[in-house]
Amino acid sequence: MLNKGETNMSEKKFSKKHEWVSLDGDVATVGITKHATEMLGDIVFVEVPDAGKAVEKEGQAAVVESTKAASDVYSPISGEITEGNKAIADDPGSVNTDPEGASWFFKLKIKDKGEYDSLMSKDEYDKFCKENPS
Amino acid sequence: MGLDLRVIMEVQKTALYNYHKNLGAKFVPFAGYEMPIQYKDGIVKEHISTRTHAGFFDVSHMGQFFLEGDETLIESLEKIIPADLKNLKVNHSKYSFLLNNEGGIIDDLIITRTEKGFCIILNAACKENDIKQISQFLNKDHKYLLNNDLSLIALQGPKSVEILEKLIPGVANLKFMTGSNFEYEGEKLYVTRSGYTGEDGFEISISNTKVEKLIDYLISNEVKPIGLGARDTLRLEAGLCLYGHDLNEKINPIEANLKWAIAKKRKEVGGFNGWEKIKNLFVNGSEKIRVGIKPDGKVIARENTKIFSSDNNEIGFVTSGTFGPSVNAPVAMGYVKSEFSEVGTSIQLEVRGKKYGGKISELPFYKKSYVK
Repeated sequence: MLNKGETNMSEKKFSKKHEWVSLDGDVATVGITKHATEMLGDIVFVEVPDAGKAVEKEGQAAVVESTKAASDVYSPISGEITEGNKAIADDPGSVNTDPEGASWFFKLKIKDKGEYDSLMSKDEYDKFCKENPS
Repeated sequence: MGLDLRVIMEVQKTALYNYHKNLGAKFVPFAGYEMPIQYKDGIVKEHISTRTHAGFFDVSHMGQFFLEGDETLIESLEKIIPADLKNLKVNHSKYSFLLNNEGGIIDDLIITRTEKGFCIILNAACKENDIKQISQFLNKDHKYLLNNDLSLIALQGPKSVEILEKLIPGVANLKFMTGSNFEYEGEKLYVTRSGYTGEDGFEISISNTKVEKLIDYLISNEVKPIGLGARDTLRLEAGLCLYGHDLNEKINPIEANLKWAIAKKRKEVGGFNGWEKIKNLFVNGSEKIRVGIKPDGKVIARENTKIFSSDNNEIGFVTSGTFGPSVNAPVAMGYVKSEFSEVGTSIQLEVRGKKYGGKISELPFYKKSYVK
């Protein structure tokens, strides 16, 4: 069952750099994980990419800053940005409250679904976080 | 996400280390100590609760350096500290610094006159070198001790006085930058009305064996534990310098915009390290000077951000920058060429290769409420 307003998104996949990806056709939505926001603490600045920008797998795509430090957000998948989420740039704190929902970072048109398939499942990611506390 | 993994070298711990751990502290290595950067609530909530209620900070990593001696102790200390120590009354404190021969700041400090001499609170990262530097000017009759048996707790925020007065009657009578001995749990402790957040509050010097009991009391009065993260946002909003960032041995007090901390009498008569140079700078001004900076938008200009004039000439660099939760905007401090230091001057900040607008701002960013 889909909730009202949701599209037919695939299951979320996860990267070792703590980004999540979901796929709707050939458009991927990317954000940072709840675990990442817990490590970062209070998020106070976000910069998202503009539409049209080409990003490589594991290439720098966005910036997130907490009161503690600035971190790059990498794209776990290559493609062309179709949209950056301006709402989180205007309200960076919203990333702390809904990192894996409304506070996604950017959407991109992907080139190679194989890159998505090779990412971790939710269970694999949770295990990865447990084994790599930082 | 590029998250830093830090290699932790051999580190020291304060007496409250396990206590912090039980409070859910996240630790970072800081000045050779394993210190809480934040607790469960996070930096912004800790910051706000200090400004609206009260917070406590374990600052026991800082050096509590005690000196005893006759009148010659004053002469000795005045060679390296530009405060008017001769006229400093017992139980009164001053913000000052240790200066090198070039007038550069070896450390910034709070010095308090005690019955027998002085107590100096030194930055943790500097304390060993500070003692070396100070001891060069001491003679064999001067006694000194870095007291590691004492913890130092800062209690900061508008409710501090009400809460501490209930436990230690009499502290409410202290004026800002004065202190006194009090009795607690059958032991003497020393309390000063001071702090480094821009709020009213106290610093409590207490034995390592009694400190947990004091913290139990504070927590039962809803005083939140505050980590280094919020300590940094609080002090930056209050326009206060952090040694090793805003101050170092190559920066003198005139450049640091701290000339108010050089006693008038000492400025005229001199007799301290770097006086010739500082006297000259008093008259002619310095080439660069520390200023407050407000980025126009949300971008955070962190340490080492390059500062440009509106016509694209590089004019300085940021030494501290963060998001100020009470200002609800990014704030920074840095050094610019003096001709660009006027409040309101438009500047540009280069962040990740892109230039963002900003302005020279008044300090502090957040208005203080000290009890005078």
